[in-house]
Amino acid sequence: MSAKKESLGKTVGIVVAVCLVCSIVVSGAAVGLRSIQETNAALDKKSNILAAAGLYEMGMSGSQIESTFSENVEQRYVDLDTGEFTEAPTPDYDMYKAAKQANWSTKVEGSNVGFQRRANVASVWLVKEGNDVNRIILPVHGSGLWDLMYGFLALDADGETVAELVYYQQKETPGLGGEVQNPAWQEKWEGKKLYEDGDVAIRVKKSANPDDPYAVDGLSGATLTSNGVENTIRYWVGENGFGPFLKKQAWRS
Amino acid sequence: MADAKEMKKALFGPILDNNPIALQVLGICSALAITTKLETALVMSLALTSVVAFSNLFISLIRNQIPSSVRIIIQMTIIASLVIVVDQILKAYSYEISKQLSVFVGLIITNCIVMGRAEAYAMKSPPLMSFLDGIGNGLGYSFILIVIGTIKELFGFGTILGFEILPLVQNGGWYQGNGLLILPFSSFFLIAGMIWFIRTIRPEQVEPKE
Repeated sequence: MSAKKESLGKTVGIVVAVCLVCSIVVSGAAVGLRSIQETNAALDKKSNILAAAGLYEMGMSGSQIESTFSENVEQRYVDLDTGEFTEAPTPDYDMYKAAKQANWSTKVEGSNVGFQRRANVASVWLVKEGNDVNRIILPVHGSGLWDLMYGFLALDADGETVAELVYYQQKETPGLGGEVQNPAWQEKWEGKKLYEDGDVAIRVKKSANPDDPYAVDGLSGATLTSNGVENTIRYWVGENGFGPFLKKQAWRS
Repeated sequence: MADAKEMKKALFGPILDNNPIALQVLGICSALAITTKLETALVMSLALTSVVAFSNLFISLIRNQIPSSVRIIIQMTIIASLVIVVDQILKAYSYEISKQLSVFVGLIITNCIVMGRAEAYAMKSPPLMSFLDGIGNGLGYSFILIVIGTIKELFGFGTILGFEILPLVQNGGWYQGNGLLILPFSSFFLIAGMIWFIRTIRPEQVEPKE
């Protein structure tokens, strides 16, 4: 350790040089790989929609996902206030981005779903067999214990029977709240009814009777996550969410 | 320049004789968490090996320039940059696995093996030897991860790399999966078992009684 090596100027110089080189390398990698990462994220979303549609099989390749998706799934846009189909407001419309803009969105009131605003126009995906719609896939999100959880709720063509609930993005505690992604728990949603006499009736509760069509057994050790799932579903199928759309059943015409 | 024998020792020594997990007991945290499936263990091994090797290489290249008062910070900067690059590459080319590994790739930054080798070896040794030492320690880490990942996946899920070896009762087979092995902490028992095994065949690793 010579005295020269330890001088203040040299220390600062080395630190600046190392930081400069490292930051160039890191930003180079981030920018250079961004387009591939975005393709992956889009593909991941499609495979989750296919999972909600019941069409996803393990080990599907990217091109298989693309072709199954374009053959069977149609993306539409719904005006949440009227419940009617509408055109996409912009070519690359994203309801989660729109929710951040005041003129595209509405304030959430009277619900503890965990976010402040929701978009006026939402994406839905119709799963078709020939010309008949056999499933409707609704995007849902709401807060769990730690952060917002994003998922897809797939309904049968009657608009009230749950076919599938798939969460694709969540930051819940692994092994506890993280079990919302466990297939065994997701299966419990199959066949549950959302409405009883026109009112939202679905619940997530402790030790629910498996035969009760309006209740799903909560996750053990994850009460707050379970409550979050219940708030999310009840908000999105309620009158401020997709309620009007599901009542009108616009996909039948 | 180092001779071939010394290079071989740097490369293969850490697998059994000087294993970073079993003898130096470094980097246990990630070995516990991501060995439930063999596939994630393999990718993690690859990620860690490349980070150790290149961080050793770069730190060794500038070791005579690094002022000792800020050496840890400079090592951290280089390691953190490499980890971010690896994370970005994983997200681009192996999206599914990068989602499963989630935070653990980022946590390579704090993995003691990387820092330990940078400080203990790369600061004093020439670049080529440091690079080999990095690969060697990566291999030692990989060895433990792969063995544990294989045991956990085979006896926990009845599969290896997703292929069914022992048909599970749930799928109509005869094998009842071992629930303990699916949980992260079962690696404690397995790592302890491996340390015992390695010290039985290499008795010189046993610490003298106090």
